[in-house]
Amino acid sequence: MTPGSALFIVSAVLCLAGAVTTVVSRSPVRAAMGLLGTILGIALLFLKLRAEFLSAIQLIVYAGAVVVLFVFVIMLLGTDAGSEPESEARSKIAPPLAGGMFLAFATALFGLLGGAIKTPTAFTVPSPDHGTIEAVGTEMFQNTLVPFELTTALLIVAVVGAIAVGRGRQGQKPNQRVIKNPQDFYVGPVMERDNVSQPEPKESV
Amino acid sequence: MLPGSVVEHYLALSGAIFTLGAMGFLMRRNVLIQLMSIELMLNAVNLLLVSYNRVHAGNMTGQVFAFFVIAVAAAEAAVGLAIVLSYFRIRGTVQSDEADSLRH
Repeated sequence: MTPGSALFIVSAVLCLAGAVTTVVSRSPVRAAMGLLGTILGIALLFLKLRAEFLSAIQLIVYAGAVVVLFVFVIMLLGTDAGSEPESEARSKIAPPLAGGMFLAFATALFGLLGGAIKTPTAFTVPSPDHGTIEAVGTEMFQNTLVPFELTTALLIVAVVGAIAVGRGRQGQKPNQRVIKNPQDFYVGPVMERDNVSQPEPKESV
Repeated sequence: MLPGSVVEHYLALSGAIFTLGAMGFLMRRNVLIQLMSIELMLNAVNLLLVSYNRVHAGNMTGQVFAFFVIAVAAAEAAVGLAIVLSYFRIRGTVQSDEADSLRH
């Protein structure tokens, strides 16, 4: 067992545990943490696969931006959003489709690990700059410059679209909250001495 | 054959993550978790792209493609979560089965 194999096993277990947590957990916060585990495991695997630039991008974009975005939205919706038990599925084809996918994957996995492939594709010795920023950047700016520039257009359109959809309808008045009892804004434990909303009627002398 | 020394191990792991993501997308009805399942599937595809790129030494196309996939996934997450937020404001729920306003 080399260190590389140990890294692969640890990362694979992290990825699978995170993916299972994401899919089965009832609370969205727990699901987001599972997604974070999967992302970290895949970033480790990128390091093992000599893709150091993509590993850094994976950490910055996914762990740093996408998961934080999910957590922010969960915060805006309230942590209980979606924690309630899910209703019976209306779709008739989704469960058989999921079962079929699982069966197809299990068959493929048994074929893959059970010796259907006689000559496994081993990794070759890569060039020393495989996966560095220089190598990826050279490829990106020489052969895929137009898709790269179009990606910037995609991102700016996505940002504008997200703002336009997310900020809601303008021009309507926000809900005016009528303050009747200041204690309504307090959510902590209420002690006896805090009970000032209904002062005891004084005995009239 | 050590773990992680051939492409087929990464293929199996990537297939497992993709299948979990697809099953989560199909079986769950919380829109947030469905979006996270989409991210799982995109991550699985990225892993496969990078591992097959490792076979072809001296060629960076797979990693550049994975970079584009990451960019598209970030844009999709931003727009999708904005739609979820807007939907929650209108209907007060995040269950995808409740989104039937366009039903005739």
